[in-house]
Amino acid sequence: MDQKKIAVYLCEGCEIGTSLDLDALAGVCGTYACKTHPCLCRSDGVRTLEDHIRDGVNTLVLGACSPRFKSEQFNLPGCLVERVNLREQVVWTHEANDEDTQMMAEDYLRMGIARAERTALPDPFTLDVEKTILIIGGGTSGMKAALESARAGFKAILVEKEAELGGWKRRFPVQFRHSPPYGGLAATNLNGDLKSVLDHPNIEVLTSTTVASIEGQPGQFDISLRTNGTTRVSRVGAVVQATGWKPYDASRIEHLSYGKSPDIVTNIEMEDLLNKPQLVRPSDGKPIRQIAFIQCAGSRDPNHLPYCSAVCCRVSIKQAIQLREKLPDTQTMIFYKDIRTPAQYEDLYRRAQELKGILFAKGEVAGVTPREDGRLRIEVDQSMLGEKILVDVDLVVLATGMVPRVSDGEVIRRQRDAQAVIDRGEKGVKLETAKATLEELKQLDLESVLNLNYRQGPDTPTLQHGFPDSHFICFPYESRRTGIYLAGCAKAPTDFEGAISDGTAAALKAIQSVELGSQGKAVHPRWDDMSFPEFSFQRCTQCKRCTEECPFGVLNEDEKGTPKPNPARCRRCGICLGACPERVISFKNYSIDIVSSMIKAVEIPDEFDEKPRILGLICENDAYPALDTAGILRRRFSTFIRFIPVRCLGSVNTIWIADALSRGFDGVLLVGCQSGDHYQCHFIKGSEIMGIRGKNVREKLTQLALEEERVRLEELTIADYNRLPEIINAFADEIEEIGLNPFKGF
Amino acid sequence: MGSSKRVLVVGGGIAGISAAVEASQAGAEVVLIEKQPYLGGRVSQMNLYFPKLCPPSCGLEINFRQLRNNSKITCYTQSEVHSISGEPGNYTVSITRSPRFVTDQCTACGACIPFCPVRRPDPFNYGLSQTRAIYFPSPAAYPPIFTIDPIDCLGEECSQCIAECPNDAVDLKMQPETFEIEIDSVVLATGWRPYPPEKIDNLGYASNPNVITNVELERLAAPDGPTGGQILRPSDQEPIESAAFIQCAGSRDENYLRHCSSVCCLASLKQVRYIRQQYPKAEIYLFYIDLRAPGRMEDFYLEAQQDPLLHLVKGKVGKVYPRNGESRIVVEAENVLTGRRIQQPVDLVILATGMVPQVPRLSGNLAADEHGFLVVENAEESAIFPAGCVRRPVGVAEAVRDATAAAMKAVQVVRG
Repeated sequence: MDQKKIAVYLCEGCEIGTSLDLDALAGVCGTYACKTHPCLCRSDGVRTLEDHIRDGVNTLVLGACSPRFKSEQFNLPGCLVERVNLREQVVWTHEANDEDTQMMAEDYLRMGIARAERTALPDPFTLDVEKTILIIGGGTSGMKAALESARAGFKAILVEKEAELGGWKRRFPVQFRHSPPYGGLAATNLNGDLKSVLDHPNIEVLTSTTVASIEGQPGQFDISLRTNGTTRVSRVGAVVQATGWKPYDASRIEHLSYGKSPDIVTNIEMEDLLNKPQLVRPSDGKPIRQIAFIQCAGSRDPNHLPYCSAVCCRVSIKQAIQLREKLPDTQTMIFYKDIRTPAQYEDLYRRAQELKGILFAKGEVAGVTPREDGRLRIEVDQSMLGEKILVDVDLVVLATGMVPRVSDGEVIRRQRDAQAVIDRGEKGVKLETAKATLEELKQLDLESVLNLNYRQGPDTPTLQHGFPDSHFICFPYESRRTGIYLAGCAKAPTDFEGAISDGTAAALKAIQSVELGSQGKAVHPRWDDMSFPEFSFQRCTQCKRCTEECPFGVLNEDEKGTPKPNPARCRRCGICLGACPERVISFKNYSIDIVSSMIKAVEIPDEFDEKPRILGLICENDAYPALDTAGILRRRFSTFIRFIPVRCLGSVNTIWIADALSRGFDGVLLVGCQSGDHYQCHFIKGSEIMGIRGKNVREKLTQLALEEERVRLEELTIADYNRLPEIINAFADEIEEIGLNPFKGF
Repeated sequence: MGSSKRVLVVGGGIAGISAAVEASQAGAEVVLIEKQPYLGGRVSQMNLYFPKLCPPSCGLEINFRQLRNNSKITCYTQSEVHSISGEPGNYTVSITRSPRFVTDQCTACGACIPFCPVRRPDPFNYGLSQTRAIYFPSPAAYPPIFTIDPIDCLGEECSQCIAECPNDAVDLKMQPETFEIEIDSVVLATGWRPYPPEKIDNLGYASNPNVITNVELERLAAPDGPTGGQILRPSDQEPIESAAFIQCAGSRDENYLRHCSSVCCLASLKQVRYIRQQYPKAEIYLFYIDLRAPGRMEDFYLEAQQDPLLHLVKGKVGKVYPRNGESRIVVEAENVLTGRRIQQPVDLVILATGMVPQVPRLSGNLAADEHGFLVVENAEESAIFPAGCVRRPVGVAEAVRDATAAAMKAVQVVRG
């Protein structure tokens, strides 16, 4: 941008003009032109602003409503617009024409000007992108992802580790219907799927192939693929991981005796039996008179798979219906915990209930025992047929669940790092810790699927139970590795329809990451953000905090440990900026200097005024909107606080806290989102990281003989607009009780 | 992907909003229309989501930020499709917009409110509270603009709001308008409505104020709800000591809805937590046929089972009736596991009513299944893609999945 030309405008509307002394407020603008308007967002107001831009103003500071309102009106192309929230945060939440309210408004205006003086419009980091999507896994969701990518004009490389495409559809020729009539069965039509994939000119299929490595960033991933011992390299723009699932190992469920008789089979093996011309007892070829399905074999079991595999009820019902057709005289029993046939699939359950010879019984199966007469005895507890019943059958089908075929990159990385410590010949505590880590992880299946060349590990991190998503309610396709999206049962257990939707949707996400990368724009949740972190490497001390703390694995390291940025992987949360003790990381519109200068712009009344000042560093995604809503509801809170919105609480650098306290602020309130297993942080672990940093800060305060209570971290949700004012007031009261900062005036 | 695709998204609930954002981020120009004066649909009326017990507005805010700042998405509230003609890649859609009577000059300052003489039941709170005729749909409403109820407003004779509005944002002369847009494809995300509980005679909804529905309980538990988030017995606004949830109220029933509504089990388990938070000692009964908690939701069910005062009873409720001379209600059921008949008096009964698809009136061939949900099978031929609860009763994550997949299909449509 050329030389900054700043102008300030104050809106008189929405009680701002009647609650504040705007002339006095204009006084803080120094040499900058400051004007008022009765209602800035009205068309005549916007026209006035546009006139100024024509006259050469390129930076506008607007003292009006929250930046979350009227953004359409104040989106003035080519002009940097700095919004100062005088409405929700000042006049709607504080007493009108009051000295403290006026001081608050003046501080906010000074802070806005300070920010505007130092902020530049971002200069996007654009890439020449490769419009090819790599799809790993040639099952239902992978084939669909390839097909949809190709139909959207991209190229697709579809990689399958087996010799043929198709995945589990090869074992399941018949499925329960995903469209009306829902009670019916239908062919899975694998050949149709194969044909559309193989016939598409933009899809390259590589079977018997695995991914040897992936490195780079969205738009420019360099991949290496291994087929029967030969390796080839390619460049792709994004990746869809559709690596599917494997059945839970039934032999681990001891009481069900899998492996002790050929007549105890899994639901997958049952598919094979159903597709044989003769359906007889596997052990001796005798007819099957009674058959039992045992649902949740390993699923919904804390000792095995704690989750529900979502499809097994419907699969067993489907198999029971198929059995009726093949063996009309056989009695079928289905032992279940709950029958889970959601939505229209209730029709499937209803149809099976109406068929003769299929009995559904709720109960806990305590054991299966092969008998000497060749039959199998099932013991069922707490069933609706009685406290404890015994049933003898010819064939037992175990409805085993689904295990996602993914690896946890963070765990593999821990293992590799520990191994490296041992290989380097380290001694003492380091060696012992490394050995303990290897011991802890030795039970786990730690083979990488993606082989990402990322410092934080070769696969996406996972949440509970190994599911690799990051915000599974609102943004189910987001992962913690930009440009890598999950589909199908690798993401969570699902049926064929879900796998197809997933493949389609994940392909869209992959395409978005390439298209936006080519424009230098961020993806979710800071869609379109064109700022990115810039590093002053000459001051970097290779402390590696940025590479460690980035929730998205953006940074790699060179041999010395210097971070190597990959801007297209970056989600622009600023957690690296918060992590850096040397303060070498900054964005054009968000930096240590910008926020520090805002902190310095607050006038600290001297100790005799008895007006404490509290700095509020507040998450702009949730806490800040909550504060706006408190404003709309005209809630009141302390006039002693000054808020600065931050991109994520994890982007708070502790220097800001130190700056504030050394400047004479009496307390610092940090407000972020819920952390923990049910985190709500849009950047996964921002408030968690701040919790750790905050602890260090409080320890330092104690060393300085300052009360550690002067820094407080609060977690809340966007709907806590009633609680937030209470939190502010309680903290303000506590600060008053502790007394003013003794460093005031130094 | 060549020149920008133009996608119409019908319905501004979570599925529609997600489809709009996802399609626009893939380069499409999107028009998003919503019947209500605000976006967010049914989820905006929910207090918290299961299983994380987090507020819907958290995810909505991220999406609304897109709608605010992304010039590729145009939103029209209070709008419906009037007609559609043409063919895939070349549709002309006629949209009718009802008058809001408030222009976008409104700053949501609220100066008008004290002067409006009308009180009307607030549909956002299912009539459990009132607003003025000029009102803000909810404290977190998007777009943040007031609106006027056309039926209850006294009209130009009154005009108090016009006199008080500092920004001349009220225009009572506003007329309905119909306009046409050219588009390539459509995502239909018109969502669902709750099954009318009064149709289920034996559950006593119509005759007993202390029998409420699950969607009403969402509002009672919400901080911006009619009771400020306090769950009280509706008949006398007293605290409760016990409650009963009746699952499949109307769902999985030949007489009402044959389908399972998929989310009610989890919704009730979540609502148990609302009650538990306010009443640590309340006895809570939950009558179910099957407890359906698919995938990782099982964790949530396991957590619920840790609650010693939550009694999960497998059995269908036969009858709900008032206890003589008391405000308590008796729930009569049979426990199928023990064979025992139960007559359980409680203070509050919550009916887990199911989802009915809201299918838009559109010319053309929208195929529906016997439950009334739209069928996607031939969607590619028509380039009209149903997504979310209009095609299957689903939770939020599945609705977003549908919406994202539908957005992909919509941006692929080749112009004829």
